[in-house]
Amino acid sequence: MIKAVLGLALLFFSITIVICLYRAIKGPTLPDRVIALDTIGVNLLSMVAIISLLQETTAYLEVILILGILSFIGTIAFSKFIERGVIIERKSDR
Amino acid sequence: MTIFLAICIPFLMALLVPLMYTFFPKFKIGWFVLIAPLAVLGILASYIPKIAGGQTAIYTYDWVPSLGMSITVYLDGLSMIFSLLISGVGALVILYAIHYLSSKEALHHFYCYLLLFMGAMLGVVFSDNMMVLYAFWELTSVSSFLLIAFWHHRHASRTGARKSMLITVTGGITMLIGFLLLHEMTGTFSIRKTIEQAAILYDHPLFIGALICVLIGAFTKSAQFPFHIWLPDAMEAPTPVSAYLHSATMVKAGIYIVARFTPIFAYGWTWFWLVTFVGLITLVWGSFNAVKQTDLKALLAFSTISQLGLIMSLLGMGSFAYHVQIDTSTIIYTQATFVALFHLVNHSTFKGALFMAVGIIDHEAGTRDIRRLGGLMSLMPITFTITVIGSMSMAGLPPFNGFLSKELFFSSALATASIDMTSLPSIVALVPIMAWVASIFTFIYSCILVVKTFFESPKKLPDVKIHEAPIGMLISPIILVSFVFGIFLFPNTLAKYILSPAMLSIYPQGASQEMMTPHISAWHGFNTELWMTIGVVVAGIILFKLLPKWKGIYNRLPKHLTLNGLFNRALYEAENVSSFITRLYMTGSLRQYMLFVYIVLLGVVGGYFALNDAFNFSMDNNAPIHIYEVILVGVMGAAAIAMLFVSSRVTATVLNGIIGYGLSIFFVIFRAPDLALTQLIVESVTTVLFLLCFTYLPAWKKDRLPSRTKIMNGIISVAVGMTVVAISLSVLHFNEFKTISSYFENAYELAGGKNIVNTILGDFRAFDTMLEVVVLCIASIGVYQMIRLRMKKGGDRHENK
Repeated sequence: MIKAVLGLALLFFSITIVICLYRAIKGPTLPDRVIALDTIGVNLLSMVAIISLLQETTAYLEVILILGILSFIGTIAFSKFIERGVIIERKSDR
Repeated sequence: MTIFLAICIPFLMALLVPLMYTFFPKFKIGWFVLIAPLAVLGILASYIPKIAGGQTAIYTYDWVPSLGMSITVYLDGLSMIFSLLISGVGALVILYAIHYLSSKEALHHFYCYLLLFMGAMLGVVFSDNMMVLYAFWELTSVSSFLLIAFWHHRHASRTGARKSMLITVTGGITMLIGFLLLHEMTGTFSIRKTIEQAAILYDHPLFIGALICVLIGAFTKSAQFPFHIWLPDAMEAPTPVSAYLHSATMVKAGIYIVARFTPIFAYGWTWFWLVTFVGLITLVWGSFNAVKQTDLKALLAFSTISQLGLIMSLLGMGSFAYHVQIDTSTIIYTQATFVALFHLVNHSTFKGALFMAVGIIDHEAGTRDIRRLGGLMSLMPITFTITVIGSMSMAGLPPFNGFLSKELFFSSALATASIDMTSLPSIVALVPIMAWVASIFTFIYSCILVVKTFFESPKKLPDVKIHEAPIGMLISPIILVSFVFGIFLFPNTLAKYILSPAMLSIYPQGASQEMMTPHISAWHGFNTELWMTIGVVVAGIILFKLLPKWKGIYNRLPKHLTLNGLFNRALYEAENVSSFITRLYMTGSLRQYMLFVYIVLLGVVGGYFALNDAFNFSMDNNAPIHIYEVILVGVMGAAAIAMLFVSSRVTATVLNGIIGYGLSIFFVIFRAPDLALTQLIVESVTTVLFLLCFTYLPAWKKDRLPSRTKIMNGIISVAVGMTVVAISLSVLHFNEFKTISSYFENAYELAGGKNIVNTILGDFRAFDTMLEVVVLCIASIGVYQMIRLRMKKGGDRHENK
């Protein structure tokens, strides 16, 4: 029973990713696409969690954490790129 | 041992010459160099009695025994003739060069090259091992190249040197192939051992190939038709070089090869036909063309070509003796070979003297153009005498040695023509006719050489005070013409001591030495040969008198149809074609290079699998596929396809990120946590790096490729992708060997770690990890360099230069 529910959840998450992909490809503006990427990251995170339940292992807990951090960093980098055109700014006094 | 020393002396001297030149700048270096040929001559002289008795001398030094290569110095009659010529003429040429070249020239270079050449030439005639012979053979080509281009500031010298190098080295390499074929047949590189097996070789399938390859080598070196074209251009060399290399020694290396290999190849009829008729054609063509030359050295060059053809054809006629039993009635056929050797010596004497005389004229009058010279007889009486004697000998008139060899040549030609017609096609009847016609032309150009230079009134003589050359320059040609006359007086002494032992080298299975040595007499009664000579003189004088009337025929042949024109055109076309082919694939476009890589991948790998029916798609043993996995693969695929059509770089980066993240979830599904972690981090860093770079890139431009190219690129990409997938699927079921992963399963006992992946990376296969760390290190240093140490403004751009 629990396995079926978890499988169903995985299916739903992957459908969510497909929808996000549509936004990432179609998205009229760049921020739409970046948000789509961020959402995909979060959905993947959830999928990893469910898979680790299914596989009955704790080996993927780091993956979940890293995925959270990285999708955050990625979104920040994109945002800064959109905002300023550069990611790492030089110091103004140089 | 002493013979081995004879080869070494010139090379050792060549080493010493630059030292001498540096430490004793005032000293005339030529006198020092003169020691080398004299020493060799001395060593050879001590062997003459032994060789004349039919014995041989041999010394072996193992060089590369595992490959059957040894420096075997083998001195028999044939080597004796050539080595005496090399060292004897060499000594005279150096003596002449001492006075000919001014001390302002780069004399140390000159003598160094000359000694190298002399040593290489001695090596060629002494070597019994074919590989060593080939090495020395190429060394003669190289040193000749250096000598021809001695005045390398002149364009013509460089052209001549390049041409001779190209032709002789091509021939040399062909000859190497011939030697290797011979080795394949006999299993030995030794010429003597090959001769021992010769009688059974001639129906070997490789025999004809080896024969032709060796002959091409000999023909190119000896300037036989149609490879003779390099010799006239080599006349840009200093005159001592022309006298030494291009009349007496190097061009006779091919003659030597033909004489040396006659016992091996003469059992086949091909040898007889090729050597005889190529020789005869060269004889006629060379003498015919010599008449039209206006440069004295070019005239002598064509004369050399024709005389070499004469010697070559005589060797060919002599090889007929291999097809008959040698006894007193057929000895006339071996006589042809004897005449070849006799004329070889004679030609070296008179042609050397003539070249030196022409050099003197050039040196004193400042030109060697026939149209500007004339009336030098009273100004340069000694040079005149030398030239007349040399020319008369060349034309085959008594009382000089050329007469004897010409008479003997005619009798050999007549003997060949009268060979039983049942065994040979009647084309041999042409032999004496061709010989006779060529002799007429020889007579004509000899007349031109003497009459146009020394008689007639001086027309446009250069504005210098012409006087006789200094005595130092005259010594060498005087010695040579005294030989010309001396050999006429005592031909049988030369024949007995020098020439007849060589007959044993060419006919090892034949009769005795005494039997094969004909008695040469100047007066041999009124016979056909004498009438032929008289005919030559009469026809020659008439044609010479009428020369202005028929000279026009030389202009009939259009210039681009001459052999020289064809050679130049072939070179030009070869360059064109090769650059065209190169431009076909070296386009400078990365896109096309990738195209070639992919096509080769498709053709070779895909083709191999397709031809061997190795594609194998069985779906058994596959793991079950979940619906969400299918959806994820679909997402990744859709992102990848969408990436091809996006219009901004950032969108492409986003899609790339989706593929990367998707990959990491597959690592999770397939239970690889370490890979998933690394993949996530690398993906994020790559994304950030992409964004970092975009700031500096110019605006995104859509490719404007023609749609045909786009479709072709698409087809190739799809084909490559499908091939790779097909191969991966086929390989999946390859389970002939057990996997080695079971070994790593007890990582805890072996390496003390529970994480198998990390124990493999850090313990079992740590070398890979170390080197990958090095890769990262190099990459980071490279990035630092490119960013911080990039070129200042205005620096040289080395890229795309």
